[in-house]
Amino acid sequence: MYRNLSIHQKHIVWAWAFLAVPILFYVVIRFYPTANAMIISFQDWNLLGDRVWTGLENYDKLWNDPVFWKVFRNTFIYLLLGTPVSLVVSFIIAFHLDRLRFMHGFIRMLYFLPFMTSAVAMAWVWRWFYQPVPIGLFNNFLATVGIPQIPFLRSTSLALPAILAPAVWAGLGFQVIIFMAGLRAIPRSYYEAARIDGVSGWTILWEITIPLLKPTIVFIVVFSSIGFLRIFDHVYNMTTTDPGGPLNATKPLVLMIYQTAFTDFNMGYAAAQTVVLFLILLIVSLVQLRLFRDR
Amino acid sequence: MLPETTVVKATSDTLLKAEKQKRPANMGQIIRWLLLFAGGILMVLPITYMISTSLKWPHEIYNLALIPEEPHLENYTYVLEDGRFYGWFINSLIIAMITTVSNILFDSLVGYTLCKFRFPGRYIVFIAILSTLMIPTEMLVIPWYLMSQAFGWLDTHWGIMFPGLMTAFGTFLMKQFFETVPDDFIEAARIDGLNELQIWWSIAMPLVRPALAALAIFVFLGNWTAFIWPLIVTNSVEMYTLPVGLSSFGDEADVQWELIMTGAAISTIPTLVVFLVFQRFIIRGVVMAGLKG
Repeated sequence: MYRNLSIHQKHIVWAWAFLAVPILFYVVIRFYPTANAMIISFQDWNLLGDRVWTGLENYDKLWNDPVFWKVFRNTFIYLLLGTPVSLVVSFIIAFHLDRLRFMHGFIRMLYFLPFMTSAVAMAWVWRWFYQPVPIGLFNNFLATVGIPQIPFLRSTSLALPAILAPAVWAGLGFQVIIFMAGLRAIPRSYYEAARIDGVSGWTILWEITIPLLKPTIVFIVVFSSIGFLRIFDHVYNMTTTDPGGPLNATKPLVLMIYQTAFTDFNMGYAAAQTVVLFLILLIVSLVQLRLFRDR
Repeated sequence: MLPETTVVKATSDTLLKAEKQKRPANMGQIIRWLLLFAGGILMVLPITYMISTSLKWPHEIYNLALIPEEPHLENYTYVLEDGRFYGWFINSLIIAMITTVSNILFDSLVGYTLCKFRFPGRYIVFIAILSTLMIPTEMLVIPWYLMSQAFGWLDTHWGIMFPGLMTAFGTFLMKQFFETVPDDFIEAARIDGLNELQIWWSIAMPLVRPALAALAIFVFLGNWTAFIWPLIVTNSVEMYTLPVGLSSFGDEADVQWELIMTGAAISTIPTLVVFLVFQRFIIRGVVMAGLKG
């Protein structure tokens, strides 16, 4: 049978044979669960009893849940602090590292190494740094300089930035590498022409380097925003005794989802939260892409 | 006398280098170097502290010196003999290796098919796979959990790894790289009588080796450090992966820091070694993923 097919028809058979298992995978492990999450979000279900259709009740409950709004705010604070800080810092490092010849590879390695670590392991190290005086590195340092102790992870106002710091730290090296690749891609002739015209270094930076880096900047902004909106590992592991604490001051949306689903077993409510997370990610990415494209 | 031969041999590259070296290092350049170097040292400080503490005796941990007074490996033997860490290490290794092999095979097969075959439905399949990039893992964990519960996959290796066996990111990356394989090569292999599976495996795959290496490293790192799904799907201490196990020590009030740092080091050192060995591949991989992904 196969022998009688034309070459083109044989190709079609091969293509679908190659795709059969992957398509099955994507349907069963990606598309079906996506649809299922949306369906569950309209139901009330505690995993043991029956699934009850409740329409928009879960979303209504979420809208009126003060904890959700607290969590919503936290999630956006992670985004609005984390993305600009890591963008600016990684650009400054990449900009200068790009002009360095001596031990370039070694220094680049130092900046990149944190990217290869696991968030859980590093959460322990940073927790140790944040401990009060006999143990913690930071507070010991402050004590020797004569500055009062800082209760990093126990403070409602400082805990969030204290958790964000290792997240920014771990992602910095990745962004530096991407920025350096972007900087390398700018033709040298542009800089030479500017220098011949006697343009100052500052103007070159703002008029040539940054505008030409726009695709790189868009990529890093969108990529790191998605990361910060989905922050979980660092928060969960640096506030283990009271995840998201103190007083929900550090709780991001993903942690709320985890607790609703796997501590309270309130599957319908948790599914509604995941749908909201999905929409937030979608909207933020689209807004960012549009903002950067227009300019 | 050397000059003549050196001039002949000098490529434009070495000339450029020589020119750069001739320029005297100015003050600004030295300050730049010092600041970047100091920043780099600061960046690796948490990692160095972790390793240094893992080499200290319990009474030494209050001493914040970076170099232990009498470095020793007792903590490592203690932690590994305890058995739990050893088991978690093995679990993590099994899961990271199987998912890596699976991604290498399937992502490249799908990427290759979408790149080199013309067939009805090709565009739809491509868009469908690409669209899964938009779906966050967190949205899928509840249905995956229900699925695992229904099929008895909870608390098994398969349960931990099944969601990561293929990735849209890897498929897209590989598709981009198969574009660089000339169609003539494939056509020539067909004329030589190779079937399509052989062409993919023995002609196309060797030509995209750098991309495969980058993909392998990303998938391995991603699964080695994965946390939320293994946390959800495992119940028994024996089935934990390294991150889940490390996280299970919980409260810092009753923690022995030198042992925790040893555990953290055990879960970090393998990826650091992978990085030091494959540095070039990884840096290039990040750039490829960043520009093409």
